[in-house]
Amino acid sequence: MTDVTIEKPRSQWADVWAQFKTHRGALVGLVVFALLILFVSVGPLIWTKDPTAINPNAAEMIKSRNKPPSLASPLGTDQLGRDMLARMMKGGQVSIAVGLVAMTISLFLGTLVGVMAGYFKRLDGPLMRLTDLFLALPLLPLLLVMVLLFRDPLSAAFGPEGGTFLLIVCAIGVTSWMQAARVVRGEVLALKEREFVLAARSIGTPSRRMILRHILPNVVSPIMVAATLGIASAIITESALSFLGLGFPPDFPTWGRLLFDGAEYIQQYPERVIWPGVAISLTVLSVNYIGDGLRDALDPRIRGR
Amino acid sequence: MLTYTIRRLLLAIPTLLFISLVIFLLVDFAPGSPMSQIPLTVPPDVRMKIIEAMGANEPVHIRYLLWLNQFFVVEPLVWLDGTLGTTYSEGMQRIISWQSRSPVMDVIAQRIPQTLTVIGTSYVLGVLIALPIGIYSAYRQYSWFDQIGTFIAMIGFSVPTFFTGLVLILVFAVNLQWFPSIYDTNLRVTDWESFLQQVRQMAMPVMVLALYNAAQISRYMRSSMLENLGQDYVRTARAKGMGERTVVLKHVLRNSMIPVVTVIALGIPTIFGGAIITEQVFRVNGLGALLIGAIQGSDLPMVQTLTFIFAMLIVLFNLIADILYGILDPRIRYD
Repeated sequence: MTDVTIEKPRSQWADVWAQFKTHRGALVGLVVFALLILFVSVGPLIWTKDPTAINPNAAEMIKSRNKPPSLASPLGTDQLGRDMLARMMKGGQVSIAVGLVAMTISLFLGTLVGVMAGYFKRLDGPLMRLTDLFLALPLLPLLLVMVLLFRDPLSAAFGPEGGTFLLIVCAIGVTSWMQAARVVRGEVLALKEREFVLAARSIGTPSRRMILRHILPNVVSPIMVAATLGIASAIITESALSFLGLGFPPDFPTWGRLLFDGAEYIQQYPERVIWPGVAISLTVLSVNYIGDGLRDALDPRIRGR
Repeated sequence: MLTYTIRRLLLAIPTLLFISLVIFLLVDFAPGSPMSQIPLTVPPDVRMKIIEAMGANEPVHIRYLLWLNQFFVVEPLVWLDGTLGTTYSEGMQRIISWQSRSPVMDVIAQRIPQTLTVIGTSYVLGVLIALPIGIYSAYRQYSWFDQIGTFIAMIGFSVPTFFTGLVLILVFAVNLQWFPSIYDTNLRVTDWESFLQQVRQMAMPVMVLALYNAAQISRYMRSSMLENLGQDYVRTARAKGMGERTVVLKHVLRNSMIPVVTVIALGIPTIFGGAIITEQVFRVNGLGALLIGAIQGSDLPMVQTLTFIFAMLIVLFNLIADILYGILDPRIRYD
């Protein structure tokens, strides 16, 4: 008699993780991204200096300007004597928050349009025409125009920070859902031909439950890949807007804004450009690598090889 | 092929109309328009005069049609008059900038050469770098060349252009002092000396954009080559004893170029958008700088026209990409 060892049943996500681990870049990216998140979320609890505090005493303020790195402020101070490390943390919070929220909005829109277009034949034509039209819009100029025109009214309604945040997040979300919509639609069209969908339909499943129960869980993988890439592009777009001076207000740090402020002093204090720039690049690079690894890990044709 | 082209052309018309409507309405309905910025102390009749002078007293649909008429009828006629010396456009109202009070198209025409020299050079350079890298890293997949190429490509499209630009300024303009950090638009290339100066001032913006474009295109080239290298016809070609060079550079390359050519065509309008940032970093006085200036000065006709020109470029190159795809791949034409 031979020993029949039955392998323990493995869940899908354990498989995905096992494949993800083999992608070295993705693993490094995950670690770097986690460290950056820790830096901006836990960092301010440890390093409790106020990022926007300007010394009210003018003489003291002038003395504390443009300090090189020291124990009191490890990254030095800026042209108004504000602590750069605290500003980097605060700026990172905003930049990453913008990335996450904008990505959520764009994914929600993209998935909605994609599923609707893929599932309901009547909506397919009009929705895909709409997607094509949006793809033909010049996005950066439009974003700039939107920020210019809606910044003041929204700032008046929700406060300068809340208003700008809302505006930038919505503007990026509304202009970046098209890729996700196309991918999701393709997946849904393929899924609709599968037997389990036919089976579900034959027992009279209504469309709503069909989409939520059978379609959506099966398009999670492309959505996840789109999500990681969405974070990266949203962070770049936000810092580009801030860099052009059309993002958040001046006293409200984001990484892009810090870079913009530092660019004027690039000859005397180059590190003020380097820090925020490296932070943006590291975030985007790590997120892109995570996306790369996820794409491989979630593709069942590659997995297990 | 002709019907295919005509069908694509006809589809482009409603797209352009829709985009022009979106741009017009977005700019027009915005609460922050200059109309609301006239001080309240201005008497009502003077205020009416100001609004009338801006042409903003008509209802929205009339103004939209007027703008369309100006953009699609008057401006081409003016251009025709300028080149042929005729007088079709006499007495017609052109699109006037609110900032400079001069026709929008004249200002744009002044700015286009700067943008085209910088962007055109960088795109051509980017493509020339990207194609060999993509081909070789696909041919030697997972070799050290491929690994390094993939890593550099990843950096190339992850690091934002405004940061690469600033780093280049830091290294080459501040520390080494090889290149000037500000682009001099008034430079006329007349002799060898001024040509060298032009090359020096173009070096950094071109490097930034070329790296960014090369990163993306080389990735496309690589994956397209990889897809084709595994096909059956490659095995057949090798089996009948063809040289490796012919197989890769003739059979595989030609077939993998089909999607890459369309990607290159599709990329041209997007780099105009990306160049807005690069122009800002290096103070190139081109279309991007013009747009930023117009946005900051609430110059709505200029913003509308420029944004629409960017949109037209996108639609035009989409069309070119579609037609190229049809020419290169006969299977596409007959659907």
